[in-house]
Amino acid sequence: MPILKANERTQITIKLNGRECSGHAEPRMLLSDFLRHELGATGTHVGCEHGVCGACTVRVDGVATRSCLTLAVSAQGRRVDTIEGLSPGGGVMSVLQQAFHEHAGLQCGFCTPGILMSLSHYLELHPQASRDDLREVIGGHLCRCTGYTSILDAACAAAEQLRAQAA
Amino acid sequence: MKSSGFDYIRPHSEQEALSLLAAHGPAARIMAGGQSLVAMLNMRLLKPELLVDISGIDSLRGIRVHEKWIEISAMTTQSELLAWPALARELPLVAKALPWVGHFQTRNRGTICGSIVHSDPSSEMPLCLALLAGEVVLRSQRGERSVPAARWQVGMLTTARESDELVTAVRFPRARQGEGFGFQEVARRHGDFAIVALAARSSANTTALAVAGVADVPTVCDVGQLTGAELSEKLHELAWSLGGSDDIHASARYRRELIRRLGPLVIEEARSCRS
Repeated sequence: MPILKANERTQITIKLNGRECSGHAEPRMLLSDFLRHELGATGTHVGCEHGVCGACTVRVDGVATRSCLTLAVSAQGRRVDTIEGLSPGGGVMSVLQQAFHEHAGLQCGFCTPGILMSLSHYLELHPQASRDDLREVIGGHLCRCTGYTSILDAACAAAEQLRAQAA
Repeated sequence: MKSSGFDYIRPHSEQEALSLLAAHGPAARIMAGGQSLVAMLNMRLLKPELLVDISGIDSLRGIRVHEKWIEISAMTTQSELLAWPALARELPLVAKALPWVGHFQTRNRGTICGSIVHSDPSSEMPLCLALLAGEVVLRSQRGERSVPAARWQVGMLTTARESDELVTAVRFPRARQGEGFGFQEVARRHGDFAIVALAARSSANTTALAVAGVADVPTVCDVGQLTGAELSEKLHELAWSLGGSDDIHASARYRRELIRRLGPLVIEEARSCRS
């Protein structure tokens, strides 16, 4: 691989929510900015830009990842899943989204996409997650509205429902 | 909060990475998981000319069991080590400390070696490395060397790594029969930088306590068999000797108090769980 120059925009192709998408990025461009400004996928939100707030969390090759701590160039050729792909389609919400709706797990919605992407990965890895486990996962996100209780309620309800579906 | 510009390369072999480091020296930075580095870039605390992304080098992956060491390669993530079934048996201290390293979302990409190289004064993995007296393996075109933990961190965010060297692995000594370990940390939020982190290692003969978050580097203190008032006095001396300072998160006085209060608990935890 040749050195990509700082001011050179290279073509980056990723599989965004199952669909191949291309855009251009300088080496310094963050995956979060690439998704929003190059691909127009503005469901991923950008808060602190240093990995603390969790708003920008997406899944890269299935793994929950801070997109503000990931360079677009290093996502080349990878699968990236964002909030836009969480719903099964046809106006139906995913189990997670439905649980957040029912338990008022959001107010302004800024932190919500990141939390949902984290939980979608974590609950795949740990379907038996306890309330304490989920509290710790949500601890990787900042929400300035809800006080977290309703978010945790929603996450627990979703976990339970996913377990019931799998049984 | 956007990084300044840099050139970028993702080599596919260690040799290629080493020749890039030899050619570019201090102008180059190595990126593994990027969970500390990209934040530093975004805040423009670092402005490298070239970023060498080692995530494509397959030979830098894996956890290897040696007679004396557990060797963790440069691209092994914190999540991978946490999920390693033998972790609690082989490295009980790391098993206790690792859940405190960042969050689920950052451990998925952050590497063990990256934490060691970044060497934040409050960071858990350098603390474990110091207490366990592990070592860091470095390679360059000049050859390979290993640096013992005691000589690894030379100051705040500064290590013994030369600019043409790549940290290829870190070695933690395997837990021995009769050892016990303790770990405690106080942070504003679980997963954030520690205000103070304490680790203890106890064997039949002695106990050592290590402290992060106060001095510029993790500090190890032998407390022998001390208990009660003698131990309190020793911890009081230790707390003052570290020269902590006030910052936005806590005062130096609070940090000293944490050492005095949590120190005996961590030491007791290590002594009571000796195998």
